[in-house]
Amino acid sequence: MVRYTVQRLIIMIPNLLVISLLTFIIIQLPPGDYLTTYVLELQAQGEHVNQERIDYLREEFGFDRPFHEQYLSWLAGLLQGDFGHSFEYDLPVSEVIGDRVFLSFVVSFSTILFTWIVSFPIGVYSATHQYSAGDHSLTFLGFIGLATPNFLLALILLYLSNLAFGTSIGGLMDPRYVEAPWSWAKVNSVLAHLWVPVIVIGTSNTASMIRRLRANLLDELGKQYVVTAQSKGLHPLKVLVKYPLRMALNPFIADIGTLLPQVISGSAIVSVVLSLPTTGPMLLRALQSQDMYLAGSFLMFLALLTVLGVLLSDLALAALDPRIRLAGGVAR
Amino acid sequence: MRKQPAREKLPHYVSDAAFDPNVTDTPTPEQERYYQASSLLLMWWKLRRHRLAVASGVFLLAAYASILISELIAPYHLHTRNAAFIYAPPQRVHFFHEGRYIGPFVYGMDYTLNMENLERVYTPNTARVQPIRFFCRGDPYAFMGRVAGDFHFICPMEGGTMFLLGTDRLGRDILSRIVYGARVSLTVGLVGISISFTFGIVFGGLAGYYGGWVDSLVQRTIEIIRSFPELPLWMALSAALPTTWDPMLIYFGITLILGLMDWTGLARAVRSKLLALREEDFALAAMLIGARPSRIIMRHLLPNFLSHLIVSATLAVPSMILAETALSFLGLGMRPPITSWGVLLNEAQDINAVALYPWLIFTMLPIILVVLAFNFLGDGLRDAADPYK
Repeated sequence: MVRYTVQRLIIMIPNLLVISLLTFIIIQLPPGDYLTTYVLELQAQGEHVNQERIDYLREEFGFDRPFHEQYLSWLAGLLQGDFGHSFEYDLPVSEVIGDRVFLSFVVSFSTILFTWIVSFPIGVYSATHQYSAGDHSLTFLGFIGLATPNFLLALILLYLSNLAFGTSIGGLMDPRYVEAPWSWAKVNSVLAHLWVPVIVIGTSNTASMIRRLRANLLDELGKQYVVTAQSKGLHPLKVLVKYPLRMALNPFIADIGTLLPQVISGSAIVSVVLSLPTTGPMLLRALQSQDMYLAGSFLMFLALLTVLGVLLSDLALAALDPRIRLAGGVAR
Repeated sequence: MRKQPAREKLPHYVSDAAFDPNVTDTPTPEQERYYQASSLLLMWWKLRRHRLAVASGVFLLAAYASILISELIAPYHLHTRNAAFIYAPPQRVHFFHEGRYIGPFVYGMDYTLNMENLERVYTPNTARVQPIRFFCRGDPYAFMGRVAGDFHFICPMEGGTMFLLGTDRLGRDILSRIVYGARVSLTVGLVGISISFTFGIVFGGLAGYYGGWVDSLVQRTIEIIRSFPELPLWMALSAALPTTWDPMLIYFGITLILGLMDWTGLARAVRSKLLALREEDFALAAMLIGARPSRIIMRHLLPNFLSHLIVSATLAVPSMILAETALSFLGLGMRPPITSWGVLLNEAQDINAVALYPWLIFTMLPIILVVLAFNFLGDGLRDAADPYK
């Protein structure tokens, strides 16, 4: 197990390096740089452009240096915890994103928790009561949940709440806490607002998780050892819980790897609709204004979160199912 | 030991009649038909029994057929502005006027401005009956951008209005825009899936057939692409498309981005299937005869799991449609004058507008329907893909 863990960790390093290079290429892709956009904006407003200052800034930010030098200095900064400078906010990136990264993490984590808690009992019920009325209606609901894109769901919820309460359910905390330092009251306020984005982001994943759990459990329930256990007169609950359920639980762990990027993707757009103070809206804004180091840090952070999620799920799977690490699971 | 009695030799006998393999039990014509059916036919027979999947398939066919003649179906042109009817609500279709049947018609609308919250209020005016015309001449258009015409299946009364789903902030008919938007939204899925299909088969095929370092390289690449959360990556890439580009180029750019990021799952499926299949005897035989790898893959291995590929393609199309919608909704996707459902929804981003004019979110309906239909069809296909089970 230790060997496997070390192997997995070593594999991660070149992966992360390539990811950082790709990220840098992507944020460099748009023609021009932040300063050209900035100058254009100034000119459009009819303001005077101080060429000397622009040239100074260009040199200061290193826009005139060759690509690989820019990349290497960015990478070196990343390794030392310096994410670069946000042009738009004129602050170090780490100061701009601080809380947002944390809140993003909170939202993603609660969403995954929600997905598990909801999908587990429903999946088990659907499988054990196959083709019953309850199963059919839950399956149908699941299909709708899968087909409704989460940002549309967010819009519908916003509209309904506007209709019913006349207030917006957007945001992640009471407006008066937005600028306030962290306190218990603020935490409570966040918790009170958290359920809306969690449900919105989690619905489609929950639906697909239910379907997978149902299919897996049905496969297991059809096997001979279950028939044997039943014919021996074991209590139905014990027949279910002792073996088939354990086997069917694998997707819950194996899927963290795919669930996490989906949750992050989902939260990116939902948080724009619900105007949550997470990474999504800021990433969008940064991409539009070519605030490249800010955008790059977000992309890098999101990718890192995904890589870590995959690592965790691989390790958990290996711990549960020794076959995986014995088969040299690294290469597969 | 007893001596056996001598036996007389039988004459050599061969029957001249043709050999009938079904001497013992003759199959009924139905069984015969079943045994001789191709796997595609079997798949179709099995799919046919899945009512919901068939209905979804028919719905999707109709939707895709409609994009060929959007100009004829839409009552208005894509860009027709009705300055007098900004944010007009949907007009209901009536059949009876004061208890008398006069065919389908709508009532005209009177406009007042609510001075308190500046809300535009339209009230139906029952005195103005505006019959709906069918197979008529209306807004002029250039069919497929070339042939000029003005024939519509349905149009409002001359001088009247017919906004069955209301109008937007420029007074454009939402129904017509949805009909036109289908062109972009539905084709994005198809174009994107063909790109990702090509990539998936080529790279998955290379990895699965050759193994070794090719396999490792492809696997690493897939792993890295997968470590980026899809949507932020899509956002970053589409934000990189230059604003100076022609909208048509942007359309292809976006579909390319969607396709380029989506092939990883397919490539993995192709690879694992190929790894198993290339050990089969028929693959070895083909290799020994000296067939080229491309021929072995395309001719001998691929058909074995084509049905599974079709299923995964069907299930992948809606995710592309949704991705395009999401990008356009955020303002990073298609740009006007190219109109997709996401572009239409972009107007619904402002919740205050939606609260006053809820019909702005009607565009959701076709999106959800199309995605649902693709899911049902894919589900039915998946069950049917293995007709021998």
